[in-house]
Amino acid sequence: MILLDRVTKTYGKVATPALDRVSLHVEPKEFVIVVGQSGAGKSTLLKLLTREERPTSGKIVVGGIDYDKLKDKDIPILRRKIGVVFQDFKLLPNRTVFENVAFALEIVGATNHEIRATVPKVLEIVNLRGKESRLPMELSGGERQRVAIARAIVRQPKILIADEPTGNLDPKHAWDVIKVLEKINHFGTTVLLTTHNQEIVNKLKRRVVTVEHGQVIADRDKAEYKI
Amino acid sequence: MSRRFVTLTRIVNTGAVNFVRNAWLAIAAMAVMIITLTIVLFSVITNATFANTIAQITDKIDVSVYLKDTTDEAAGRAFAGQLEGLPNAKSVNFLSKDQVLRRYRQQNANNPALLSAINETDNPLPATIQVKPKDLNKIQDIRDFLNKPNNKKLWEDVSYRDDRKAAIDKIAHATNLLRRAGIAAVLIFAVISMLIIFNTIQMAIFNRREELTIMRLLGAGTWYIRGPFVVETVIYGVISAAVSVIIIHSLFVAASSALQATSLGLLDINYSAQYFRQHFFVLLTIQLVLGILIGAVSSIIATRRYLKFKTAN
Repeated sequence: MILLDRVTKTYGKVATPALDRVSLHVEPKEFVIVVGQSGAGKSTLLKLLTREERPTSGKIVVGGIDYDKLKDKDIPILRRKIGVVFQDFKLLPNRTVFENVAFALEIVGATNHEIRATVPKVLEIVNLRGKESRLPMELSGGERQRVAIARAIVRQPKILIADEPTGNLDPKHAWDVIKVLEKINHFGTTVLLTTHNQEIVNKLKRRVVTVEHGQVIADRDKAEYKI
Repeated sequence: MSRRFVTLTRIVNTGAVNFVRNAWLAIAAMAVMIITLTIVLFSVITNATFANTIAQITDKIDVSVYLKDTTDEAAGRAFAGQLEGLPNAKSVNFLSKDQVLRRYRQQNANNPALLSAINETDNPLPATIQVKPKDLNKIQDIRDFLNKPNNKKLWEDVSYRDDRKAAIDKIAHATNLLRRAGIAAVLIFAVISMLIIFNTIQMAIFNRREELTIMRLLGAGTWYIRGPFVVETVIYGVISAAVSVIIIHSLFVAASSALQATSLGLLDINYSAQYFRQHFFVLLTIQLVLGILIGAVSSIIATRRYLKFKTAN
């Protein structure tokens, strides 16, 4: 589902690369946790997958799409296939909770009927019913995070990338979010999760990829958090 | 409903909703557009008014050819016909000796001394051909035609010489300058206003660049992102154009009714108001097209940089 082959990414003329010959293979329906300290290269890795950044060298194939052959005009189509929960949420500031989630469906041309049927269900899953008409600035950090998750899963993507989705949440809500990710993974979505939360990693008992100084230093199944 | 139609409706709706939600930004941008579009409209009308004033002045200028008494009326009329064929002749009027005398009497009806003097003679006034030129700058063409050997024996004198020639040439020069200055002013105002409006819209979109980049990351297509911005700025354009026309209209109403003025310095307000009324729909259309076009093009250009994908490095 996701394939990285000796991918290197250097920003500008900096001597040390943000990612250094990283290879990673994720099977469909897998649940992979990427751990690593800040600046280890986790975010760069995710940005390469959403084609926000281009690798300096190496090969990336996601969902059968070879990024080397990807034309600019096809990038939106690629991004529609991947659900992303951004670390800084990236909610549209002028749109309500409902509209933010609906936007993900609008861009794939869903009808108003489909949107009205789907969005409330997803808001139910992330426990945001009753806050549909709030603007992002009127929400708490945790609530914003859940809007971002709702938006990422509303299209039922084949791949879900979640960048520190529990970062701003208290333990209870953090677990709610993880449960949503597990559920969506159970229904067949490949999940790539980055986190700092040791407890979550240890409880999940999933495949853990450890990144340090731009390199994959460990890749173990049913592993625990260890840096 | 086809998906395409759903998307189009959504783009228009979003643009309209954004317009309302970003009301303050919209008002600020529209204020600038209204002022610049009003200046453009005002300069167009002023230019037309000056052109009219110039036309009135040039209309009063003619070249009078005084025929010799030896030239009989038939030859005079034939000669007038030839003059009429000149490319620079707007109108040609032949006055026989009797007509000139009659006109002289009318013009000097209040001057008995002159009247009695003329009565004592045997009509000393020459038959006259009045030629109104189309272009003041090319009066010399008419003069050249008159100077041809065959023609020269028909007339005795011509008004276009000496002081009179100098005065006409001066007027021609001044009107040329005015006309060019008018067109240049309209063009300059139009260009400046385009730049100002473009800059304003670019700043308005800069304020919302985050929105654009987020939509891009979520996989929205270029026109799905850009469309609402274009719709929004087109709304700016339509409103600004309409308001600028209303402002100019009220200006003329105020000037003609409240001030009861007919002219403002060199500007003939009566004509300006008349021109505005007669060309109302043309002017409104020009303003709308200008507003919509500048708005749309500005937002297309301004959104482009935020919609670009990273290129390889």
